[in-house]
Amino acid sequence: MRNQRPGTPNAARAWLMAGSLAFLATGSALAQDKSMDEIAKYREMLADGNPAELIEMRGEELWKTPRGPKNVSLEQCDLGLGPGKVEGAYAQLPRYFADTGKVMDVESRLVHCMQTLQGYSFAEATKNWYSKPGKESDLVALVTWIGGQSNGQKISVPAKHPKEAEMVKIGEYIFHRRSGPQDFGCAICHGQDGVRIRLQDLDNLSQPKGAQKAMRTWPSYRVSQGTVWTMQRRLIDCMRQARWPEQKFPSDAVVALEMYLQNKATGGVLESPGIKR
Amino acid sequence: MSHHTLRLLAAAVAVSTILPLAAHAADKAPAAAKPAKADPALVAKAEKLYLDSFDPDQPRTHLDRLKQDEAMALCSQYKDNPPAAVRAKIEKAQLETIRFPVEGRLVGDWKKGEELASSGRGGHIGKIQPDPKGTARGGNCYACHQLATKEVAYGTIGPSLHNFAKVRGYGEDIARYAYMKVYNAQAFSACTNMPRFGYHAWLTPEQIADIVAFLMDPESPVNKD
Repeated sequence: MRNQRPGTPNAARAWLMAGSLAFLATGSALAQDKSMDEIAKYREMLADGNPAELIEMRGEELWKTPRGPKNVSLEQCDLGLGPGKVEGAYAQLPRYFADTGKVMDVESRLVHCMQTLQGYSFAEATKNWYSKPGKESDLVALVTWIGGQSNGQKISVPAKHPKEAEMVKIGEYIFHRRSGPQDFGCAICHGQDGVRIRLQDLDNLSQPKGAQKAMRTWPSYRVSQGTVWTMQRRLIDCMRQARWPEQKFPSDAVVALEMYLQNKATGGVLESPGIKR
Repeated sequence: MSHHTLRLLAAAVAVSTILPLAAHAADKAPAAAKPAKADPALVAKAEKLYLDSFDPDQPRTHLDRLKQDEAMALCSQYKDNPPAAVRAKIEKAQLETIRFPVEGRLVGDWKKGEELASSGRGGHIGKIQPDPKGTARGGNCYACHQLATKEVAYGTIGPSLHNFAKVRGYGEDIARYAYMKVYNAQAFSACTNMPRFGYHAWLTPEQIADIVAFLMDPESPVNKD
């Protein structure tokens, strides 16, 4: 059905997840009451495994099924390790692709393959790029399966190619860039250790430890959203919360941020697909 | 420099003399790294990539939110850790932006201030999940600060403001400092994490006075509980 998840059987994963939620229960009794509902919700979800696993299966089918105007599958798509090599590919993205001369993440690469292999137009390939309950995106299903094919692997984005190294620097600049009616920038919340917003603990994404913790569980089933979110989706939503305007999809600014974060997170072991609040 | 500005400067100096703790406790701990400015060639390239990444098919007013004023640009380029001279320059310029309520009352209604401190609504744009039209903007103080103890869902990005006036005093100088800080925190601390609520007209001067009341009123749960 899907590749084995090394060393983390479902029950152990469930307990790890419950443990990582324990922060919600710190603070006063009232805080505890509020968060217990959330934890109960998680436990319920986890009892039957991660709902993302169903989406993974659909992604695998979409990968292997001939589709599009040219009626071919995506099996010859090169995600960086050569045509058709999917296992471990997500752990090494984003990366520089010589055929496009660009640094691409999993989503921009998939859109490229849908255009070049299957003959979809850019508009067709990108029109349904994110999922919401009752309206699942094919692209998200594909990313979920591809992510799962790197489960248990170490994130490895050393950025050795000059274009990759430059993208890390651009991502770092964007991470610290401030604008908008609240003067926000990513670093405001994610540039220091040990702080929280409301009751939500914040990872310091400018350091390897925090970046690894944040990056290793994507794509992720989000209980609060009732569907799987990819990193593009997550970061585009961060920008919405920062009260900035909406990004294009796929967005080079998001690829730059992913490059910065994956480079920092290099060495962290992927647990994908994840499950989150 | 106008008479008005001089008065503001005097007030700020007085306040920061009286309140060295209050004025600086809210500031970021100085970063360990030495101030370093981003390479201008990289900034130009990154700015182009960034701005080109936004959907051009949206109102100009939305895209205008990406524009940076001098403080934003300098803070971005120094990763919020500018050298002393740049810091002083930003603070001086930001101090001059502060405006006071037309009726001159700096301490408003603490109950309204409490609502504003709790609300994180407003200002979300875009096609995916915007706020409904007409959503009132909140100050969302609790996202980063502890205030009244009954609200346990408070953040820790900023310092605790519990017992704000009980600790600092109930005088007009403190109220004036609180008003100015909420209006434009960068007048006191260049590149602070705190939004400039008055400067961006995110909140009106009267709403800021309500938040000041939440901090200053002896009956406010910030000081009473």
